[in-house]
Amino acid sequence: MILNDLLNHTSEWLKGTGPNSDIVISSRIRFARNLENVPFPQWANKKQSKNVLDAIEQAVSGLESPKDPAIFKLVDLDSIDKQFLIERHLMSYEHAQKSDSKAVIIDNEEIIAIMVNEEDHLRIQVMQSGFNLHEAYNIVNKIDDALAKGLSFAFSSEWGYLTACPTNTGTGMRGSVMLHLPALVMTRQINQVLAAIAKLSFTTRGLYGEGTQATGNFFQISNQLSLGSSEQEIIENINGLIRQIIEQEKQSREVLFTQNREMLEDKINRSFGILKNAHIITSQETTELLSLLRLGCDLGIVRDIDRRSINELFIITQPAHLQKLENKKLTSQERDLKRAELIRSKLTGK
Amino acid sequence: MLCDVCNKNPATVHLTEIVDDQMTELHLCEDCARKKSAQMEQQFGLSDLLAGLADFEKPSSEEKEGTSLKCPNCGLTYRDFKKIGRLGCSECYVTFKKFLGPLLKRIHGSGLHCGKCPVKVGKTVRKKTDLQELRCRLQKAIETEAYEEAAKIRDQIRELQEKQSQSQNQKKD
Repeated sequence: MILNDLLNHTSEWLKGTGPNSDIVISSRIRFARNLENVPFPQWANKKQSKNVLDAIEQAVSGLESPKDPAIFKLVDLDSIDKQFLIERHLMSYEHAQKSDSKAVIIDNEEIIAIMVNEEDHLRIQVMQSGFNLHEAYNIVNKIDDALAKGLSFAFSSEWGYLTACPTNTGTGMRGSVMLHLPALVMTRQINQVLAAIAKLSFTTRGLYGEGTQATGNFFQISNQLSLGSSEQEIIENINGLIRQIIEQEKQSREVLFTQNREMLEDKINRSFGILKNAHIITSQETTELLSLLRLGCDLGIVRDIDRRSINELFIITQPAHLQKLENKKLTSQERDLKRAELIRSKLTGK
Repeated sequence: MLCDVCNKNPATVHLTEIVDDQMTELHLCEDCARKKSAQMEQQFGLSDLLAGLADFEKPSSEEKEGTSLKCPNCGLTYRDFKKIGRLGCSECYVTFKKFLGPLLKRIHGSGLHCGKCPVKVGKTVRKKTDLQELRCRLQKAIETEAYEEAAKIRDQIRELQEKQSQSQNQKKD
């Protein structure tokens, strides 16, 4: 698989299927793992990092699943390629900063992404569409067990898996759920919800993880604590919280739909109108309008487009995706033109 | 829309921050955004937060002595750790055990691992972590006043401990 093949492929997490997919975009589990006694990436020298990459590459190539994954070494990628992988949630922004001895390993379905030499030697992540942390856990757990047969992971019986940052020590596990909460934002209840989440030791982030903006009514919620609870307990805790938020969003949607229907239909159809007719559009405006269009689709107000197509639009209108599609570097003004053209053609067939 | 900072270039980066429970928005041009992100990293890195946590209590003479402590495996000192907020290698957890124990407890509210083990780990370690997990569960059951559940877990712990002492006796024999 070469990087450009991904352009014609829909990532698993964008399929718009799975439990509660009207509100939950995707579920993700990641494990942080390190090799015993080898300095962690930030503290390792070039040779040590290279050895880690070689050892992990060898271990991964022997796996039954993912079978024959694509291995992208960061030194071989240009800045657009890296941004492209970030936009697809296959690697973190932090991973893209320095390239030496770093890699990202991806399976054909884009369910599994393994980052090598990020903050830890290994970051194994699995994404699922909709609300499905259990399935994501089952997959990542199997990969972890298979890798542990060949690699010696840093582990202590007292503190569990040992990681570069003490905030990941223990299970080394982070479970994240990406939610689309337009009704809670519109009814101005979102700040209360976010405050409650923070009190319960969970973190809220934007669409692209750590340090990113919370536009388009997308919120990524994940566990903060990794030591002192088992993986199953952590997942159950996240699930419990997410179920409540889903319920609240549903209620808010119901209230808007029954009490403010005219306003809601107006907002949604105006968004659809702008997207179908605009000739210049920024990625921020696109995300906001697509968010409303998605709500319209979920509520049955908009019928001529499905959820999966809207999800795809979110991704292909991102800066690196546009530049990949055009196969050249574009300034931000050029991107705004191309973006509008692409959306018009996808929504109206023109 | 023009950049909120320089008011000259068009704003193409839109930053929404969530601090506690409030969302604030900032619209920046690419240049100012770059400056701002460098500034944010300087002001508010995780490493600072961690270093702050590590400094939570007044440094005792013991801790002062600790800052020059050096990991024999990777050469990281405790002072380095406080500066970069990251440990150097798995051996650091042994070298700085005295300081990391309280730090982990402060971060996670617990100092004991209750999750899975690597497949290669020996039977004794596995038994130890199984016991730890049961103790964690017992603690949580008591906290939530789930006494029936707590009683069940207590019995499981006893059973496991008996098995362990039996196997130890067998070894001695």
